[in-house]
Amino acid sequence: MKNQPNADFESDCIRRILAGERQLFHELIRPCERPIFFLLMSILRNEAEAEDAAQETVIKVYRNLHLFRGESQFRTWALSIARNEGLGRLRKADSRREDSLEALSEGQGGDFTPAILTSWREVPTEALEQKELGALLRQAIDGLPEIYRNVVLLRDIEEMDVRETAAALGIAEGAVKVRLHRARALLQRALAPRLKAFAPKRGKLFGWGKGRKGGAGKDESR
Amino acid sequence: MRIDCKHVWQYISAYIEGEVDADLRAEIDKHLETCEICSAVLDSTRNVVVLYADERVFELPAGFSERLHERLDEEMEASGP
Repeated sequence: MKNQPNADFESDCIRRILAGERQLFHELIRPCERPIFFLLMSILRNEAEAEDAAQETVIKVYRNLHLFRGESQFRTWALSIARNEGLGRLRKADSRREDSLEALSEGQGGDFTPAILTSWREVPTEALEQKELGALLRQAIDGLPEIYRNVVLLRDIEEMDVRETAAALGIAEGAVKVRLHRARALLQRALAPRLKAFAPKRGKLFGWGKGRKGGAGKDESR
Repeated sequence: MRIDCKHVWQYISAYIEGEVDADLRAEIDKHLETCEICSAVLDSTRNVVVLYADERVFELPAGFSERLHERLDEEMEASGP
């Protein structure tokens, strides 16, 4: 289960840190580590840079803690600092910005039709014990345009709500919903045909005719 | 109001989030009862999300947290009591 922040704990923590109990900041920032790193990874596309930027972000959050007004959740505020850190590094590096290319695809009709199937056999999460599956999923998400990838990351992977995601990314709530929908459509299309290999095969005992979804058969996956 | 497959696909995400109004949800449910394709699209989309959202898929680099907190300690020391 993802580490979800607790609002009461946070405001109390912040008060105490600013009053002098600085060591508490270690605990305050913990639930933010994952989303900070993965957002920066999404923006910077390089693990070492993302880690460096994450450390810079956390230092900045620490130094500016007295400026946090509590208008948003702490994590949201920390993530917008992370986003600015990431974007700032991109500008400095003067690398070609994905943003400008992908902003185009937002307005145009992209093809978001799903992979057409007539049945679906559930792939259980146990299948993730196979490294190839994790690699496949990461590759698919990596292949998304950045604006969709960021939303998938915060909404689905870090389980943030629409409002928080919108605030952290500096976009409208409507945009969060549209982008998440499109991201999921693209991912279903890319992954559904390839996930079939990871679904448990129907066992001979239970496989008469049209089996039930989810299959009651023996799991024969590697 | 009859709803066709293209409509259902447009609302798949909202449907999964429970964000469609009661009337639309009823229409989609009715459509799903008899449409194998949309049922499969829905099930596969849900399955895909559950899989990639699993915390085993995206893991922090080894030692990330330790290095981060060490850096923080340095900063705290440098900024003085």
